[in-house]
Amino acid sequence: MSLVLSEEETMIRDTANDFLSENAGPDMLRKLRDQDDPCGYSKVLWEKMADLGWPSLLIPEEFGGLDFSHTAMGQIMQQVGVHLATTPLFSTGILAAEVLKKSKVNKNKEKLLPLIAEGKVKIAVALEEGSRYEPAVINTRLDSSSNGYLLNGNKRNVLDGGLADYLIVVCRHTSKGEHIQGDLGFLILDANKTGIEIKNNMLIDSRMASIVTFNNVEILEDEILKFEQTPELILENLLSTANIYLSAELLGVSQKAFELTIEYLKTRTQFGVKIGSFQALQHRASHLWAEIELCKSIVLKALRALDQNSDDIAKLSSFAKAKTSKISEVATNEGIQMHGGIGMTDEFYMGFYLKRARVAQMLFGDWKYHTDQAATLSGY
Amino acid sequence: MNNLNSFRKDIRSWLAENCPHAMRTPMLEKDICRGGRNPVFQSEEQQIWLKRMSEKGWTAPTWPVEYGGAGFSKDQAKILREELSLINARPPISGMGISMIGPAILEFGSEKLKQQHLPAMAKGEVRWCQGYSEPNSGSDLAGLQTKAENFGDHLIVNGQKVWTSYGDDADWMFCLVRTNSDVGKHSGISLVLFDMETPGVSTKPIKLISGTSVFCETYLDNVRVDIEQVVGDIDAGWTVAKYLLTHEREMLGKLGTAPTEKSVKEHALDCLGVCNDRLTDEVMRKELIDWEIDYLCHQLTMERVNAEIASNGVGNTSAMLKYYGTELNKRKHELLVSIHGSDSMHWENNPISRQWLRSKGNSIEGGTSEIQLNIISKRILGLG
Ligand SMILES: Cc1cc2nc3c(=O)[nH]c(=O)nc-3n(C[C@H](O)[C@H](O)[C@H](O)COP(=O)(O)OP(=O)(O)OC[C@H]3O[C@@H](n4cnc5c(N)ncnc54)[C@H](O)[C@@H]3O)c2cc1C
Repeated sequence: MSLVLSEEETMIRDTANDFLSENAGPDMLRKLRDQDDPCGYSKVLWEKMADLGWPSLLIPEEFGGLDFSHTAMGQIMQQVGVHLATTPLFSTGILAAEVLKKSKVNKNKEKLLPLIAEGKVKIAVALEEGSRYEPAVINTRLDSSSNGYLLNGNKRNVLDGGLADYLIVVCRHTSKGEHIQGDLGFLILDANKTGIEIKNNMLIDSRMASIVTFNNVEILEDEILKFEQTPELILENLLSTANIYLSAELLGVSQKAFELTIEYLKTRTQFGVKIGSFQALQHRASHLWAEIELCKSIVLKALRALDQNSDDIAKLSSFAKAKTSKISEVATNEGIQMHGGIGMTDEFYMGFYLKRARVAQMLFGDWKYHTDQAATLSGY
Repeated sequence: MNNLNSFRKDIRSWLAENCPHAMRTPMLEKDICRGGRNPVFQSEEQQIWLKRMSEKGWTAPTWPVEYGGAGFSKDQAKILREELSLINARPPISGMGISMIGPAILEFGSEKLKQQHLPAMAKGEVRWCQGYSEPNSGSDLAGLQTKAENFGDHLIVNGQKVWTSYGDDADWMFCLVRTNSDVGKHSGISLVLFDMETPGVSTKPIKLISGTSVFCETYLDNVRVDIEQVVGDIDAGWTVAKYLLTHEREMLGKLGTAPTEKSVKEHALDCLGVCNDRLTDEVMRKELIDWEIDYLCHQLTMERVNAEIASNGVGNTSAMLKYYGTELNKRKHELLVSIHGSDSMHWENNPISRQWLRSKGNSIEGGTSEIQLNIISKRILGLG
């Protein structure tokens, strides 16, 4: 498939840009952060997004979705980055939707996919257990008990955990029973179940991530998700998908940080001239422009790979995440530096982009992790 | 040499007896002793430490005794520094007094100014702030517009300063003003001193991306400044200002070298996987050691430069130290954030993320990295 956006994809991107210009942005994020009881997302924005059908984009038509491509959803995530839109679209409309979509027919799947599509439910994925990203380390245990199963363990860094109605939990089945293929298992749980404790932490980007503790939570048969593929493959694909979408968002963050900086270089006067006339800054800006162009290409390539279900999704995802993470660091750091004192103020926008860039990078592995992963997946 | 040896011995035994143990532990930003008219001491030990050190004149050891110093030679001062760092002693007092305006007054100020300001500074009794930057002149400092009209025995100052660190907590300001608009921009500037309680001075804190408000907008509305509070000659403030900046730069070059509770290496070993004494994360391992190498080289460069130069400051070389030291400090905080992973993304009660955000300003305050590089190009390399 071509590395040019189709007419339809371009339209989606432009619509998203128009809509989010009106309904999101750093000023709104600041308000959200400073309200008395910060909840880590904008309810109003989430409702409006649902009206536009965004949470339904990746959901098949039979479950009330629009069944659009990843490339299309990727355009939206990129604009989410540009405008710092803070909603559960990523956790619910992308991660949860992807897992449930791939699961076999199940009562919960049939109930929840249409609710996601309507924006009526929020679902968080509980995966990580340490502060360093190590997706293979999963110690949350599902044990068989007399009348079903018991779940025990701790999850950290559960994005939107505190606002979720449901949790998708990645765990290990200790007794290797017939219900879960292999060791790894996926559960879908009502977040209010007895034995689940959720502690919220405000992150630097004003979103919430939670520590979720499972203490002898009774699990029923239909809360265990089953798949055609192995759960290992489902997890791998989930991680790749997450990282490709985060790359799209990071690209948007970098683009906006860069745009603000270029505007400033053209307006700020020192020594009687625009600071943009200093070659020391010009060359860095031009270099960054080139880097962002490169990010655009790898993000689009990775999104297309998802749509085509290619063999190299995992590899492209690590390449994309490594690249966009690193460049988002450069773009936001340069953004602050080239603004001088103003860049350091909360009143200006750059800090919000810096903070989001760092959190989005840290989710599902930073550039250091993905650089190593990219090398491994490239065969060295 | 023998003299210096016994000098060292005396210092060592005095410190052993007089430096409270609580003052030999690593400190956080909140533990910095800033003194002032209404000082806030974190502990009794902090207060005692400042009192004992300033009574000896050791808070400003190279200043003459009559101005609150100890009259130490460069070599003696070095020994004191070494002995202090040997026991990890905290600085008894920090701020823009001793490290910035003090040396400038000593070099350019009248006898009256020296007597009025230096001893109080050395005792930590007055807290100073720096009124250099303005909304329209940051890097182009000499373009400053704050106006001072000369009425013979006093000046009347009008204008606005910005990014004034601790402006709302400070007792006095050293401030650059334009006393003459008819000459080239560097020639009509004066450096003046005034009490922040003078009528017409007001400050408004500005919130930083790290959530705190360390700097302020400062408004100067018909502020009366006694003519005797001009440091150096009227209209000749640019020379004083530049001299002061070399001291600021030298100080900023040391950022990130103060002892901390845990070294970067210790953070890494605690948080990252280790196998056969090697960090398992190859990429982090490389990033960390790259930083360690540069860090040691920078430390040694500061030591070498300090040993080579005259005692009145490092001059233009300060641009290199400032540039490299602050960029290194930013790298250090990037590494700490990476090491702590998603935990470092927490906003509340998290010094790792807050310090990381604050460090972004290091390459801006005291003259940006770009300006330091310009100074190196022009004044050291002779380019352009
Ligand atoms: C945390 C913090 C504390 C501070 N505390 C104080 C204080 O106590 N007192 C005080 O007076 N000031 C203080 N400052 C202000 C500081 O000195 C200025 O921010 C700094 O000098 C830059 O000026 P500016 O902000 O106007 O940026 P600008 O000068 O507008 O610079 C914007 C960008 O243009 C670049 N640039 C400008 N000129 C050139 C050139 N010729 N070549 C290449 N690039 C160029 C700069 O490097 C920067 O990247 C503080 C700043 C910070 C961030």
